[in-house]
Amino acid sequence: MKTWLTSTAIALTLAFPVLAEELDPNAKPGGAIVITYKDDVATLDPAIGYDWQNWSMIKSLFDGLMDYAPGTTELRPGLAESYEMSADGLSYTFKLRAGVKFHNGREMTADDVKYSLDRVTDPATQSPGAGFFASIAGYDEAASGAAKGLSGVTVVDPLTVKIDLMRPDATFLHVMALNFAAVVPKEVVEEFGADFGKNPVGTGSFKLANWTIGQSLTFEKNADNWRPGVPYLDKITFEIGQEPVVALLRLQNGEVDVPGDGIPPAKFQEVMADPEQAARVVEGGQLHTGYITMNVNTPPFDKVEVRRAVNMALNKDRIVQMINNRAVPATQPLPPSMPGYTADYAGYAFDVEAAKKLMADAGYADGVTTQLFVMNTDPNPRIAQAIQQDLDAIGIKAEIKSLAQANVIEAGGNGSAPMIWSGGMAWIADFPDPSNFYGPILGCGGAGDGGWNWSKYCNADLDTLATAADSMAKPEEAEARLKAWSDIYMKVMEDAPWAPVFNEQRFTMKSPRMGGDDKLYVDPVSIPVNYDYVYVTD
Amino acid sequence: MGAYLLRRLIQSAFILLGITVITFGLLYVLPADPVRQIAGRSATPEVVENIRRQLGLDQPVWVQYWTYLSGLLQGDMGRSYLQKTDVATLIAARLPATLLLMVGAITCELIFGLTLGVIAALKRGRPLDTGLMVGSFVAVSAPQFVVALLLLYVFAVKLGWFPIGGYGTFAHLVLPSVTLGIMGAGWYSRMMRSSMLDVLRADYIRTARAKGLGRLRVILRHAMPNAILPIVAMIGMDIGIFMGGVVVVESVFGWPGIGQLAWQAIQRVDIPIIMGVTMVSAIAIVLGNLLADLIAPMIDPRIKLR
Repeated sequence: MKTWLTSTAIALTLAFPVLAEELDPNAKPGGAIVITYKDDVATLDPAIGYDWQNWSMIKSLFDGLMDYAPGTTELRPGLAESYEMSADGLSYTFKLRAGVKFHNGREMTADDVKYSLDRVTDPATQSPGAGFFASIAGYDEAASGAAKGLSGVTVVDPLTVKIDLMRPDATFLHVMALNFAAVVPKEVVEEFGADFGKNPVGTGSFKLANWTIGQSLTFEKNADNWRPGVPYLDKITFEIGQEPVVALLRLQNGEVDVPGDGIPPAKFQEVMADPEQAARVVEGGQLHTGYITMNVNTPPFDKVEVRRAVNMALNKDRIVQMINNRAVPATQPLPPSMPGYTADYAGYAFDVEAAKKLMADAGYADGVTTQLFVMNTDPNPRIAQAIQQDLDAIGIKAEIKSLAQANVIEAGGNGSAPMIWSGGMAWIADFPDPSNFYGPILGCGGAGDGGWNWSKYCNADLDTLATAADSMAKPEEAEARLKAWSDIYMKVMEDAPWAPVFNEQRFTMKSPRMGGDDKLYVDPVSIPVNYDYVYVTD
Repeated sequence: MGAYLLRRLIQSAFILLGITVITFGLLYVLPADPVRQIAGRSATPEVVENIRRQLGLDQPVWVQYWTYLSGLLQGDMGRSYLQKTDVATLIAARLPATLLLMVGAITCELIFGLTLGVIAALKRGRPLDTGLMVGSFVAVSAPQFVVALLLLYVFAVKLGWFPIGGYGTFAHLVLPSVTLGIMGAGWYSRMMRSSMLDVLRADYIRTARAKGLGRLRVILRHAMPNAILPIVAMIGMDIGIFMGGVVVVESVFGWPGIGQLAWQAIQRVDIPIIMGVTMVSAIAIVLGNLLADLIAPMIDPRIKLR
């Protein structure tokens, strides 16, 4: 949180000078690595890609106006050389770097920036990230198809873009660092149409050299990279369709450098018990919270006493033990590494007697039956069973409904699920800002039919406070803004639409030859590793 | 023969049509919304409706079905909802790997199944027979995921005879083929054994022996071709069973086939891919059965195609 505050203070000073790239003095350029993933890479189109495996691949192929310092949540300019925010916070002017080239050799200009933002918000693109740009002037007209392009984005000259907002938005620079805001070359997008995702061309540190569908992707170093000195690696091969257990065997055999899906749960203890292997595991926090949603429109959870009782009934330590301590117990919606986290809030204490009393107060002294929806992949059904036992102790008989992910999401969206354990679908922040945990999952906007606010909790006062907090875009307001967000989440805990259970930790394993700072291997933004800054030592 | 083939092909076309109706219907009643998967978790209801309209998912089910079917008849399987890529391209990129794996698995089934079945029949009642039959029972009941990992661990990791998963060379093909074929091999060895035992009791075998033919010649020339008949009919059905197994085997061995594609599409409700893979599998099963029926009279002239 402290580092974030300093960085925000820097980031928000008007007109940002170019920072000299800090290169790792130990890094040796060259070499090739192999990364594995189980699931296929659906697309490398930055407007579409929203998966675990393609998110950081896209980060290495493309750039946006803003970016993060490697291994941190500190914003830094990307394709923008500097930017200015107007005094009222309603407009940003970005000065682009000169001479940045796309992988096809053409120079990137302000027209490309405008084209890319128009494209991602065009309903025909069907981007899952379009909603992030809602504060840009003209978004509503563009998203409804009434207008072509965002009226708020204007090209001032070939190296200057001005973006007008409808309201001050403290998260705006984070949004400009999302993959969805990456700059794409119009002529290539138009050439390939829907197949641009299989033929990506960007300005990033790597370019796509080969893609054998279903088997592997090869990235080659972009020798013309505008960021001098990076990437260190010449080549990355992503091998697709590999079970995590097999990926681990291959790592142990020296064939794989980083298993992209991490250490399989069944092998976790074995790996950590071996000092040689455990030394190559990097642990870090991630912006994740696993929670139980309680539908506030459905009895018995329409009574706040019952929702609080559920919060008190959970033995979170035992649940964390069940998953080999790969998480820390959660007290509130925000994860500990998120700015705005309330460190001095202890959460609801584990207290079965007090919980029973609350149940009696709510008129459920004789108990009640309900349903707990859960995604059907390990360890989620096991976690649901532990929750079931804890609830049973206070008289809530919960029947477990273990379903495929899409079916749980559907039941949550249409409000037919009284309780959902969020594991496997849980919220991982899109960007390191407290507002990202509110809107779609706790705000009124997500509480409608089909929305991701599965508890259907809608508190209009909190929505007003949230909008007010996000309008505090001035640097001197940053601290007050985080306090405002902290207050909002404390009020959420009072109403208790969720029972936060744990925050998952990340464990990335690497081969002995991999070099670079540990923080690159638990980069909060580039998961599992920051491809641009890691290197090999042999 | 020609008339028979024509009739069978027409029948097959109706079967495939029926499969499109059933699959489409099942996907339609599935309580999961593909548009939610496309639109992402922050989408507003307007955005969701807009995408639904673009994909034609706001139309009545029969209109959607007709659109799909008329596309299919023109060879257009549509585009993946999430990958945006042409489904035919995705399947074409992966189908050769699955077909290769099936050929490998059938070969394994036949080599192991037939050989061990014949040996067991010839050694009936002896310890070798009992041992083989227990072994076949284990092979039939062993979960494929476990077999796959076991083979991988022993023959690839420990002994280093084969690569640890992947695709490309003959060496890559061996372990996945054995994994997929081992269950069928168990079945075949049992079937071959009992079929051989029946045949060996037949009069013509005694006659063949009586006229002085060698034991090996009797077995290879007279007993086996007759005993193998029920098995040929089975191979056509195997293709259907394989389609279930390839999902597991392909994912453990990192084999880039259509099983992996289907599995991931099901998780994300990517309907065009699910429909496409189902159709391709159904065509493979229908053709496999047809082929088995056509081969049967070549082995046994008593069978007539009508």
